[in-house]
Formats: sequence, C-alpha cells, structure tokens
Amino acid sequence: MALRRDLNLARPDDVYNLIVDAHRGLDEAQCRAFDARLILLLANQVGDEAAIREAIDAARSFSSPRESGERKGPMPQAWEGEG
Amino acid sequence: MGSYVYPKYDYIPPPELTVGACATPTYPVVIVGAGLVGLTLALDLALKGVPVTVLDEDDTVSIGSRSICQAQRTLEVWHRLGVADRMVAKGVTWDTGELFVGEQQVYRFNMQPEPGQRFPAFINLQQYYCEQFLIERCREVAGVDLRFRNKVAGVRPANDHVAVDVDTPDGRYVVRAQWLVACDGVRSAVRGLLKLPYEGEVFDDQFLIADIRMKTALPNIRKYWFYPPFHPDNSVLLHRQADDVLRIDFQLGREADADKERKIENIDRRLRMMFGPDAQWEHEWTSIYKFTCRMLSRFVHGRVIFAGDAAHVVSPFGARGGNSGVQDADNLGWKLALVVKGDAPAALLESYNHERVQAARENIRQSTRSTDFITPKFAASHVLRDAVLDLARDFPFARAMVNSGRLTRPTRCADSPLHATGADGDWAQAPVPGDVLPDAPLANGSRTWATEQVAGRFAVVTFTDAPQALPADAAARLAGPIDIERLAIVSDAGGSSAGWTALHDAEGLLARRCDARPGTTYLVRPDQVIAGRWRSLDLAALADGVRRAAGR
Repeated sequence: MALRRDLNLARPDDVYNLIVDAHRGLDEAQCRAFDARLILLLANQVGDEAAIREAIDAARSFSSPRESGERKGPMPQAWEGEG
Repeated sequence: MGSYVYPKYDYIPPPELTVGACATPTYPVVIVGAGLVGLTLALDLALKGVPVTVLDEDDTVSIGSRSICQAQRTLEVWHRLGVADRMVAKGVTWDTGELFVGEQQVYRFNMQPEPGQRFPAFINLQQYYCEQFLIERCREVAGVDLRFRNKVAGVRPANDHVAVDVDTPDGRYVVRAQWLVACDGVRSAVRGLLKLPYEGEVFDDQFLIADIRMKTALPNIRKYWFYPPFHPDNSVLLHRQADDVLRIDFQLGREADADKERKIENIDRRLRMMFGPDAQWEHEWTSIYKFTCRMLSRFVHGRVIFAGDAAHVVSPFGARGGNSGVQDADNLGWKLALVVKGDAPAALLESYNHERVQAARENIRQSTRSTDFITPKFAASHVLRDAVLDLARDFPFARAMVNSGRLTRPTRCADSPLHATGADGDWAQAPVPGDVLPDAPLANGSRTWATEQVAGRFAVVTFTDAPQALPADAAARLAGPIDIERLAIVSDAGGSSAGWTALHDAEGLLARRCDARPGTTYLVRPDQVIAGRWRSLDLAALADGVRRAAGR
C-alpha cells in the first residue's frame, strides 16, 4: 500500500478550504483546466508512481452515495459527535 | 514540381522469360520491394554471400521525400553495407529538438549529448536519395539481381518453396524462392494476396506535409510548435532536409476538407503566415494523411516473411517508420543468411518474429502515446494536455511530459530466446543482452570505431589490461560452423595477443559505456545486439552463447 489513508496534513481544514477557494470565480472550463494543472503539479510532488496509481484506482472505484443514489430514506436518528 | 531528378531504372527481361522457367533455379531469397527496407536487406544478404532477387513494380525511387529522418542506428547499419558516409555527406546532420508553446520555447533536448560516436543522432535525407544511394551500392556488389517493373500478382506457398507470379511488360512468369521477404510497404501486395489481416487504429486528425525548397538561415534543429501564432489552433513540425528543402507538417484537425487543403494556394497561405511576406519558395512535395498504427500479428508465415511497413506502420512523429524497417532488415539478414547456408535451423527465424513483433508493439505504443498527446481524443485528455503545455513554461517536470513524438532509439530485444541468461554479476549503467553494443572511438594503428569493428559477424569482445595473457587457442576452442571474431579491448596502446585482434580504447570510452573491468566480456551478434555478458572470459560459456544465439 503506497497510498496513505491516514491524515498527512497538520491543518486539514485549511488545506481543504484552500483548494475550494481557489475555484471561486472560475467557470466550468476554467475549473477543469485549474484542476488539471493542480493534479499534474501534485502528481509530480508525490513522485511515487505506485501511490499515484493507487490514488487513481481509489478515485475511480470510489462509490459515492451521491452518485449512486443510495442516500435515500429517513434522516439518521443519531448525530455522532454532536449528541 | 521539385528539384530532384528521378532516376529511371531499366527493365530487363528476366531469365525466366528469355531462357525459360525450367532452366531457372529456386532462388534462396526473393525480396519484394526495392525500398529502404528491401534494399538494406538485399545488400546485407549479398555481402554475406547469399544471392538475392529483388522485385519492384516501379522503375524509380520513392516518389516524394517521405521518410526523411535517418537515425544513428540506421546509419550504423548502412555503414556496414558501405553506403552511410555518402548519406551523411548529402544529408543534414542534427541532434537537437526544440519545443515551443505559442511563441515561447519551453524545452530543448539533445539526442546525442555525448561525443565520441561514429554517427550523429540523425541526418535528414529525403527517402529518394537514400533509395538511390542504396540501389547504386547494390550495383557495386555481387549478388543483387534488381528487377524493376516486376509486379507480384500471385503468391503460392508450398512446403519447400514459395512460388510467385510476376507480371512484367513482357508478360507473366513464375519465380520460386526458398524464402520470400515482403518489404513492399504499407499497401503490401504480398500481404493482400495472402489475405492477412492488418489490424490497428486510424486516428481522425488530418495532417498536411508541405515540403518546400527555400533558402534559409534556420539552424539544423527539429522544431515543434503547439499553438504557434502562425497556426494558432493546432501544431506544426519543421525539419531541414538536403538541397534546401524544408519539411513542414501542419496539423489540420478532424474537420479539415482535404481537397481544399491540398490546393497550392491554400498551402501557400499557411506558409505565408509562417514565413512572412518576403519569403520565397518552390513546392517539392505535398501530402495529406492521418496517423495510422497497424501491424500483423506475426511477421513470419511459413516461408513468407514480412518487414518494414508491410509488417507494421506507425505515425511519422518519432521517426519510427523507416528506421524500424531498417532494424527489421538488420535483425533478419544474418539469421536468413545462416539458415540459407545451412549453418542454423529454420527455427532461428522465429526469433526474428519474436524480437521484431515486440519492437513493433513498442513502436506502436510510443507512437500511440505521441498521437494521443498531439491529437487528444476526448475532452478531459485535451484539458490535461493543455495543462501540461501551460505548466511547461515554468515547471521542468511538465516539459518532460510534452510529447511531440518520442524519437526512435534502437529497440531492446528483451527476453529473446537467443540470449544467454543466468548469473549476471554486478553491473552499473551497462547495456544488457538485447541492447545494441555502444559505439566509441578505438584505434588499431589508425582511428576506428566500435561500430566498425564489431559488425557483421559474431564477436567476442573482451576487456583486458594484459592481452598477452588471453588464451591463444581461443579460435580453436570457439570453432564451429559460425565465424566468431575475437576482439581484445586494451587500455594501453601497443598491446597484442596471439589469436585476438587488439583494439586500443585510448579514451576509455568503450570501457565506460560498457561498465567494463578487466575480464568483462560481451558476446555480440552480427547485428551488434548483445547476446550475453560476463565478468570474466569463459570460452565454454561463449561457445554455448553462440550456439544459443544461432538457434542451435
């Protein structure tokens, strides 16, 4: 397993928001071009071909409840972490 | 149109039609197609003592410049055949490529960063000159029977020969061959007559080749532009050729109207955009084409063998067409010569199939990747391609991803059944069995080169500080039906040794390129491909290696 699944960022919220904010004001085509540049820059930074392959596989095979329409039915009864 | 005067070769009535077919023998080798590949193979076989008959439907050389980039490996092969220096003298020598995005140069590469090699990375020389020089060389050597205006009309394989129906201005005759080699190009008649499927991929984008004659101060550099200001939607490739001819290859896109684009006034408009209002040129040759990658699944079909474009075809970007065809001929020549002379079993030819099918797959893989980069197939691939081009300006890593054609290098014959394997010792940065032996300057009283000394015959190449200590009876211990050259690479001038040819590696370049220490020994095939390597001179292992490499 070359791909890290545990947290590798000191400030995950900051990094997530950095990426989201970077898309602000871009139209669809600009977003796509931006994402492509970012992927290539990060792939080179990662450097490890096995990790990149695993990341591609993970992203491709990921089954999103949103995409597959599984998220139907009643609201969860318990709210973890805030109850 | 054009500055080159096409030679016209005489048709000579074949003996089958003058003295009668009954009086003519079964020829050992008949080659179909007097192009780059067929002529290279014919010369190689004739120089190895195997007479060849070459059938060509035409009576001149390649119409149009076509394959122009002749690579170092091709020149090394042609040098062995005695014709490379003439090509180099006439051609345009180059080793550098430049890549532009818009107007900005983003990348520059050198195909031969290290000096000390007999031949440059590339020369550009029009295919018609190459064929003309090869034909003229065929006429200097004994054993090449060139038959122009001899068109193959039928192929009938039998157990011990192949019968070929040939049409001439005097009518049809039948020629019988022990081995028939089809070097008759992308529209191979032999392949068609045998109904062999030629499968692969044709890409949608259209390209326009405009070869023009124009005086220019341009350097001898391959230039490639993505989105240049003079052709803003697509890409352009520029090469210089002999006689002040330029090759410009414009990508036109999928929707282009080929009939409209091939009109001279429309080509001139594109050239005017590129070269400006004052430039003057004459047209040499034009062509509109699509990238195509196809290959036969096997190159050996009984006694019929395919080579060059008849067996495989790739897109031109990367110079993998003509050059891989010459490598086919180089791979096949010595094997066919051994088989015809009875010094190796016919099964040796299966290794040609193995090695060159593998090479063709590699060339198609590389060519398909280049094609996909130059002409992205779907929206996301287009976005990623453009992201690479954008990043290439500022980020060196992205320059390495820009793919305008990965230029040909000799294909490694990996996993060949002909090569000695087993305990391999420790090696750094050294060629492996399947690689071509590196070139380097050597001396044997006068200046020579590895590529001149280790060529055309099996060779044992051993590195030594003490040539006098080499076994003097090596010749006897290696003796067999196959001739084996024994070369001692010595670090001091004046060393000699009974039974060995001493070559002085004055600059130590060959030793360095082969990661050699005293005792290091390579076994090299007649096509300069390494068949085995050892850290000590072991004559028994070498004799085994030769037997294996000869398929015995």
